[in-house]
Amino acid sequence: TTPEIKSLNSQRIEKILIANRGEIACRIITTAKRLGIRTVAVYSDADRDSLHVKSADEAFRIGPPPARLSYLNSSAIIDVANKSGAQAIHPGYGFLSESADFAQLCENENLLFIGPPASAIRDMGDKSASKRIMGAAGVPLVPGYHGDEQDIDFMKLEADKIGYPILIKPTHGGGGKGMRIVQSPNEFADSFLGAQREAAASFGISTILLEKYITKPRHIEVQIFGDKQGNIIHLYERDCSVQRRHQKIIEEAPAPNVSSDFRSHLGQAAVSAAKAVNYHSAGTVEFIVDTQSGQFHFMEMNTRLQVEHPVTEMIVGQDLVEWQIRVANGEPLPLTQSEVPFSGHAFEARIYAENVPKGFLPATGVLHHYCPVTATSAVRVETGVEEGDTVSMHYDPMIAKLVVWGQDRLSALIKMKDCLSKFQVAGLPTNIDFIIKLASHRAFQNGEVETHFIERYKDDLFIDGSNPISAEKAESAAKHAASIVAACICQNELARLKDKAPGGLHLWYGNPPFRINHFAKRTVDLEWENQYSISGSNLLTVSITYLPDGKYLVETGESNSPGLEIQVTQLSNNDYRVEVDGLSLNVCLAAYSKDQIEHIHIWHGDSQHQFKQRMGLEIYDDEETIDKPARVATSYPSGTVIAPMAGLVVKVLVKDGEKVQEGQPVLVLEAMKMEHVVKAPANGYVSGLEIKVGQSVQDGVKLFALKD
Amino acid sequence: QCLIPWRMYPTTLISTRNSSSGILHDTLDRNSDSYTRNSKVMDELVSQLHSHILKVMEGGGPEAVKRHRSRNKLLPRERIDRLIDPGSSFLELCQLAGHELYQEPLPSGGIVIGIGTIHKRLCMLVANDSTVKGGSYFPITVKKHLRAQEIAAQCKLPCIYLVDSGGAFLPKQAEVFPDKENFGRIFYNQAVMSSEGIPQIALVLGSCTAGGAYIPAMADESVMVKGNGTIFLAGPPLVKAATGEEVSAEDLGGATVHCKTSGVSDYFAHDELHALAIGRDIVKNLHMAGGPEVSGQTRADYKEPLYDVKELRTVAPTDLKQPFDVRSIIARILDGSEFDEFKKLYGTTLVTGFGRICGQPVGILGNNGILFMESAQKGAHFIELCTQRNIPLIFLQNITGFMVGSKSEASGIAKAGAKMVMAVSCAKVPKITVVIGGSFGAGNYAMCGRAYSPNFMFFWPNARISVMGGPQAAGVLAQVEGITKRKRGIQWTKEEEEKFKAKVVEAYDREGSPYYATSRLWDDGIIDPADTRRILSLCISATLNRGPEATKYGVFRM
Repeated sequence: TTPEIKSLNSQRIEKILIANRGEIACRIITTAKRLGIRTVAVYSDADRDSLHVKSADEAFRIGPPPARLSYLNSSAIIDVANKSGAQAIHPGYGFLSESADFAQLCENENLLFIGPPASAIRDMGDKSASKRIMGAAGVPLVPGYHGDEQDIDFMKLEADKIGYPILIKPTHGGGGKGMRIVQSPNEFADSFLGAQREAAASFGISTILLEKYITKPRHIEVQIFGDKQGNIIHLYERDCSVQRRHQKIIEEAPAPNVSSDFRSHLGQAAVSAAKAVNYHSAGTVEFIVDTQSGQFHFMEMNTRLQVEHPVTEMIVGQDLVEWQIRVANGEPLPLTQSEVPFSGHAFEARIYAENVPKGFLPATGVLHHYCPVTATSAVRVETGVEEGDTVSMHYDPMIAKLVVWGQDRLSALIKMKDCLSKFQVAGLPTNIDFIIKLASHRAFQNGEVETHFIERYKDDLFIDGSNPISAEKAESAAKHAASIVAACICQNELARLKDKAPGGLHLWYGNPPFRINHFAKRTVDLEWENQYSISGSNLLTVSITYLPDGKYLVETGESNSPGLEIQVTQLSNNDYRVEVDGLSLNVCLAAYSKDQIEHIHIWHGDSQHQFKQRMGLEIYDDEETIDKPARVATSYPSGTVIAPMAGLVVKVLVKDGEKVQEGQPVLVLEAMKMEHVVKAPANGYVSGLEIKVGQSVQDGVKLFALKD
Repeated sequence: QCLIPWRMYPTTLISTRNSSSGILHDTLDRNSDSYTRNSKVMDELVSQLHSHILKVMEGGGPEAVKRHRSRNKLLPRERIDRLIDPGSSFLELCQLAGHELYQEPLPSGGIVIGIGTIHKRLCMLVANDSTVKGGSYFPITVKKHLRAQEIAAQCKLPCIYLVDSGGAFLPKQAEVFPDKENFGRIFYNQAVMSSEGIPQIALVLGSCTAGGAYIPAMADESVMVKGNGTIFLAGPPLVKAATGEEVSAEDLGGATVHCKTSGVSDYFAHDELHALAIGRDIVKNLHMAGGPEVSGQTRADYKEPLYDVKELRTVAPTDLKQPFDVRSIIARILDGSEFDEFKKLYGTTLVTGFGRICGQPVGILGNNGILFMESAQKGAHFIELCTQRNIPLIFLQNITGFMVGSKSEASGIAKAGAKMVMAVSCAKVPKITVVIGGSFGAGNYAMCGRAYSPNFMFFWPNARISVMGGPQAAGVLAQVEGITKRKRGIQWTKEEEEKFKAKVVEAYDREGSPYYATSRLWDDGIIDPADTRRILSLCISATLNRGPEATKYGVFRM
């Protein structure tokens, strides 16, 4: 069939409101712009200056930072849509994207919701209901119990029927909350009750379902797409097995190590699933694949565009956001199932602000340096942030998605690793190093992915502090990096100083700095975050000798190594070409200061290091430099506060017996036309305060005492 | 036909117009025997120099350095490196003061002095080396300290004293304490410089006992380090002896006492790095009106000499009897080797002319043989020219003296020489002398020897200095001695006479060595000839820190 335009109404979308933020908002804006559709962004106070706001044609404030008051505030968003004259709302992913109520609200307000019908969202939102529907439609399910009967004894019988290990899961919610794995029947009761409690606390609904627990599962999902004419096709599958804290890190399309037969069965099952709920727009049907039996089971359906949709786009060469808009317009799908192209392999790496060694805890901070790799036809960087932006605690800590395409899986993987090593982020901890390690792992390279991949290979992926060989290697690599950093710092300094030197003084800032009959030397102290050492940081003292030919002789520590001769050419503000012992390489340095500490990041070759440098001096606060709040006389009992000078009492700010905090003003004296505030020297209760306003006191007399 | 506006002409055309016509040609014969011989001898001299320097850089030796470091103290040069702008140059002076001067070694005379930039302001830094005899003042230490102050006063450089000294070296108190140019002069200079608006800043990084206590006390601003820094007129032992009071050094004169109670010091530093940082801040906040004087004629873009400056090592005469053309040195010192020679055809044994060193205009006087009446007059004329125009003078000294003999006397050479000495003495432009060969007799005077207060004076390692040559002196002395002996009727064999002469020659040889000179501060240091251009450029820049001064001459004998 030729894709004719069979639009039901001649009205087309000309202006879209994007009810989201970050990279997905930017992603949608990009497609909209390409299609000539005007864009309206919404933002919370935290995002006032963010990229998605700047990229959109218009942007409206919708509330304070917390999501429930802004990006989840449907009425505010609908208001903006009406105010701005947008005909459609794209919800992105997360936030309101899977809210049936919001989709319904849009419908009621005569706004096009760019996504599936509200009914499909509702059907798929309830995990038990969705499984019932899927079972009826003949989609294979994980053996389990999804019924309403929630009696514990009944459930236990059901569990015995399914066979252990068993997974206990709340019917509502997600993110792994309330989930329990039960290995044997005698653990059942405790786990069941615990899951019920947690579900009730988290989602308000305590309904539980039971499922067979698959020991070595893969997470494979199928991208489906439907139009309002009832056509539904699939765009092949993605493998999203590699996860941490139930969140995906690396996704790929197509899934590795699957046969084309399996692929088409999977695709058909997904299409049947979508048909069962009269689906249109983009959706994802998630399957759990038992690697031992080779069977796949329906897990759930995501009724939205997924974070990882770009990997599918890369292998089919389509723009799914464009498809969504066209479907929302009432246009039919541009391709039939047999016309869907399939070429090469794509990976997506999610770059998060997170603390990998601390269990992938989300991190916040400022992107002091942010230089993603350059985009090409085979490399996409989906990002919603710019250098200088803050990753706040209010939202998802994802910084960017790196998407690469290659002819085949290995070439795509090589490209991804290269891009990751050049992806520069400084200012907050990221998972980039971890993803590189993950992607370089032999098992990953072989496509042996499964949901417990990180747990299974944790010894390879995480730093083993007790391994002396890798500790030594890491230290010598850090010393090498520190040597290059020190040389680049010197080079940069010379250039900077010379430029700014007034008049004839530039002669004093020549390169190399001059010394009579010897060479100038200096030391640079760099603190290195040593993950192998218990104390955490190592101080590397780098000594630099300025050689007459402009090179640097760099020595680290007392080791007997002869030192490195390093030549540095500064290419731009951050970029250097460095020659070390005949090896010439590009080096990028980024530095920012925070809390009196200079943080220096270096990207050199395919490694990255990070150092800290003490700037100026520590702030001292011992008695010599700080003027104490009040003098405590030694000749009086301890805690006695005496008058610092002779004067007139002009104010008494607390009552006798009142509790005071350290530094809290207690009374005010006036002398020589100057007011002097007498502050409490410590926490405690004021006692013996008999002084009245208008009274004059002599220098050194007792004013009051402090009691605990 | 020509539609290109003038400024569109290729820049080469314009730069030819700006450049000097007097580009010096390369006259160096790299295949000659003397070239090879000179290189070999000079290479040895330079490496000998460097090994002497390496030795003094070690301070008072590994034991003393270890003890010093254990107190969280840095060595004087490390202190200086952290005080000056990072990565900037430091012109250390008189490195070999005290070299083989006393029974015991006294590396660098126990004190490090030199010029560096702090927050882009030139300063004189004076740092005691307490690893050397506890930083106490030997006579040469005092002389070196005073020399630093003299330069600072001449160039109006703020003085930063990094104090860590036990005061006068008591066994030699008679040579340290009482005379005009002795210990007391340090404080006199501080007072006078302060009155002239030259900032005096003291960082007390160690002890500062007795007379030394006046260095911070006389300073405009002073900083003290907690624990290490102490200031007192008498230390705890003396206090106990005098009054019976028992008190610790810290309680007697530590940073807390002086910053909180006595007010002797102004800034409290928690450690040495803190003190150095405060020192930098003080200089940053000087805000001296006008700032450094920069000559309007200084150009930031300048050409390097056309010929390798390293060849200065081979151009220099290692055998002072061998004549050579001083222009081959000038060619390796001046920008683009451009030298506009003045009175080239007249009095040719003195080469005079104009050029620039790193963009800074200079007038050069270089010896090309014995000074005759004409050359001396030419020199006086040239100095007058430069003082009129505020052009700094560079003296390249290689002089055996004025011509002697009846013809020369009759020509009035004494009168001509006097004119040149008068001109040199009174010239108020910056003067820098480099002894590139011999420095003998009255030639030393006319060519701005130490007595003529050049702002800076350096020796090349091949240089010799004495009132006359050793053999000449031996000849004169042998004649006198012979006469005396003959009067007394004593027989003097040829052998004895030769022995006598050899002894004189040996003494002249020893005392004429640049090391003998630099050890006694007859100069500001021995330098590698290859560094001459760079050092001269820094010295000129330092001298330009003060504004021009009018020159007034005395009576010229016509």
